[in-house]
Amino acid sequence: MIPINWILFLSLSLFSIGIFGVLARRNLLFVLISLELMLNAVVILFVAASRYHEASVANSDGQIMYLLVLTLAASEIAVGLSLVIHMYRQHHHLDIDKLNKLRD
Amino acid sequence: MSLSNLLLVIPLLPLLSAIILLFCNLSRLWISVLAVGSISSVSLISLFLNFHFWQQTDFVLTASLGNWINIAQLNIGFGLYLDSLSLVMITIISGVGALIHLYSTGFMFEDKSFKRYFTYLNLFVSAMLFLVLADNLLLLYLGWEGVGLCSYLLIGFWYQDKNNNLAANKAFLMTRIGDTAMAIGLFLLFIQLGTLDIQAIQIKAHIVWSLSDNTIASICCLLLLGGAVGKSAQFPLQNWLPDAMAGPTPVSALIHAATMVTAGIYLIARNSQLFQLAPDVLYIVALIGTLTLLLGASAAMVQSDLKRILAYSTISQLGYMFLALGVGAGASAVFHLMTHAFFKALLFLSAGALIYSLHHEHNIFKMGGLFKKLPVVAVSFAIGCSALASLPFTSGFFSKELILEQVIASNSIGLWWAAVLGAFITAFYSARLFFVVFLGQAQLSPNKTPTKAMSIALIILCLFSLLGGIQPSGLTALMPPLNADNLTVLQHRLPIILPFIAISVAWWMFKTERFGKTQYSALKGIHQLLKSGWAFDQMYYIIFIQPFKFICQLNKHDVIDLFYRLIEKTSCVFHKLFSKFQNGHLRSYNASLVIFCILAFAWFLSGELIK
Amino acid sequence: MLDTIFIITAAVILISALLTITAHNVVHALLYLVITMLGVSLVFFLLGSSFAAALQIIVYAGAIMVLFIFVTMMLHQGEKSLAQERHLFHFSTSITAFILCSILFCELAYLILLTPVETLSSLSQAQYSPAITVKQIGIQLYGPYSLLVVISALMLLSALITAIHISKSAASIKIKPEDNNL
Repeated sequence: MIPINWILFLSLSLFSIGIFGVLARRNLLFVLISLELMLNAVVILFVAASRYHEASVANSDGQIMYLLVLTLAASEIAVGLSLVIHMYRQHHHLDIDKLNKLRD
Repeated sequence: MSLSNLLLVIPLLPLLSAIILLFCNLSRLWISVLAVGSISSVSLISLFLNFHFWQQTDFVLTASLGNWINIAQLNIGFGLYLDSLSLVMITIISGVGALIHLYSTGFMFEDKSFKRYFTYLNLFVSAMLFLVLADNLLLLYLGWEGVGLCSYLLIGFWYQDKNNNLAANKAFLMTRIGDTAMAIGLFLLFIQLGTLDIQAIQIKAHIVWSLSDNTIASICCLLLLGGAVGKSAQFPLQNWLPDAMAGPTPVSALIHAATMVTAGIYLIARNSQLFQLAPDVLYIVALIGTLTLLLGASAAMVQSDLKRILAYSTISQLGYMFLALGVGAGASAVFHLMTHAFFKALLFLSAGALIYSLHHEHNIFKMGGLFKKLPVVAVSFAIGCSALASLPFTSGFFSKELILEQVIASNSIGLWWAAVLGAFITAFYSARLFFVVFLGQAQLSPNKTPTKAMSIALIILCLFSLLGGIQPSGLTALMPPLNADNLTVLQHRLPIILPFIAISVAWWMFKTERFGKTQYSALKGIHQLLKSGWAFDQMYYIIFIQPFKFICQLNKHDVIDLFYRLIEKTSCVFHKLFSKFQNGHLRSYNASLVIFCILAFAWFLSGELIK
Repeated sequence: MLDTIFIITAAVILISALLTITAHNVVHALLYLVITMLGVSLVFFLLGSSFAAALQIIVYAGAIMVLFIFVTMMLHQGEKSLAQERHLFHFSTSITAFILCSILFCELAYLILLTPVETLSSLSQAQYSPAITVKQIGIQLYGPYSLLVVISALMLLSALITAIHISKSAASIKIKPEDNNL
């Protein structure tokens, strides 16, 4: 059996790599990609948690949660990518640092 | 109708007519009928009451209009109280008031604001009647403030001219200073004695305080005196009265000669038993009276404006009344009040007729030789001036002699000599006034004669000025006069021959044409000083107004406001600081999320570590 | 043996994740992301969740990544994009992000390490539970979690409408004049 510590570490590392991507990249597509990484990390944690649950009977809650997260990721990507296209059509670049008009 | 109900009608009738005049637009005829009619009815009622209580000394009539304030120990009602003092007052107020209303219908006929004038005038009479009929000090204060308000409204009647507004403000503010002192006195009386009912105060004061333990009583009396000094234009609050002549002349006659300025004297006379507990304060009253007497008389000697002479003369005569109150002769003070009301109203109304006929000319040195052209006015002026100078067998003679006798009887020789000097100067300036206006070279000629209404009022007042020497007997029982038997021959005869001496001096000066010109430059300074009423206006300007303006200048940037501006500045600073967080930069928002997570986990971990 | 496979899979996931976020070329990044997805799917297999693993490959790597690639196809312009991207992303400009992420990583790692050892060992001693079949998951979905299915359907519907509406080009939206004879 895989020690749960390892899975936790894997999830944590993937998540922090994802956060680094979100903070450090200026291209909107890369931000969405890093977001996907973060979602994956979380999903590993959910599935592992249902697997290592103390109930004697096998628990499928983790996978159902995975299904929901999958649905979420799909919807979010659909909307996000349409926004990327819209932005490209308007500004002809994908630099999010230049989108800073919504302020005082 | 019972007598109590009749008493209730007295102050309410003018109030009702004032309200009707305020809300209805009537023709001039109806306005006059309503206004004069209401005051005349009150006058008839008061004459009836006089008849009813003729020769009775100790009568009391009470009535009540209802409850006003009812909180814990404070029980004030709209109660009315009639005894011989109030009866004298309402007779004077309604009688002289009715005549002045009649006169005003003629005087103000061409004025545009006829209705407003009579509204204010009726309101004034109603407030004054409340003042003198009140049975508790709070209702008296209500009437006090009411007459102050109407005085302001009537002095500033022709409000289009800014000077009139300034004069009205001055009158109101200076009397306000006195009113504040009086209010504090009322508070103190209520705290100490637990009641504001006047008769109850007189009785309770003697129980709670005694002559040896009278500091608080003296303080209360001093505060009430403060109010009286303000309202009756005594030293040091006397310089509003000459400027109050900016109002129409009948107003000056009613308010500033016969009624409002006598409110202070009424107050002290009404609370005489309270004042007996503080003989020091009574002495101060006498001193103030004497000082004011001399001040007013000496200033009246050199004025050239007709109404200002009469104003200073009023101040001076009120000083006589205060002097009488101070030496304990309340009855003589009220008697002099009554005769003064008659002859001063007569003088003011004649002056009004003069001004009316000469097309609003006030300077006496522009008038002259009007004896033949305006006979009625001249005769009334003559009678009024002789009463003022207390020539024998005029009403003024009786009252002034009585006061002088009472002053002697109370052993204040210094005050007596001062009062005699004041009488001399009074006779001098009244003679001066008459000679300059009516005798000598004619300069202006009248273009109108006084109307019938004005003449009737003048004639009736002439009669009263001559015959008003009948002393109402009730007063002598209320405030018994001092024993006036031990007087020397000099003291007895001097006041009688004094006016004649003064008139002959004035005649000599008139014939040698020394009036209206100052030959000696040394005297010019004194002349200026006296003409400005002993420079009180300038003195008050230097003592009070200039330091105030200086402090305001210092506080130009409003020190107290600094605190609030500090708050505002702080919030602006924080706003600028926090708005830097909202920079529209997506990555910085993300970074702030991450930073928050870091901090939250650090907090959680520190908790874990401590465990 | 499972441990060894897990460690290798974990290494693949992490390395390809690092490569995807530091790539300059979008297409490279996407391909590395697909490898990460496949690695995650293998982890699911190792954890006995075959359904999740299958779905990961079919939906995530198969549909979502393809969506990404379609968009890249529309927007990527070859050398010009590469140059732009090099300008945008530079390691020296991302130092702050690196520091923040490493602090977060250390804190959470410490938190994980705080977990007492007995729990871990008891967990790791658990017996192999029977693998969860698709049938069981289906019964769960139609039973207790039926509402979730409906909600996720609604979410997909709204995402669909949104995506269509936002990506319509401005020219294709015409304002029709009001027809008064209706």
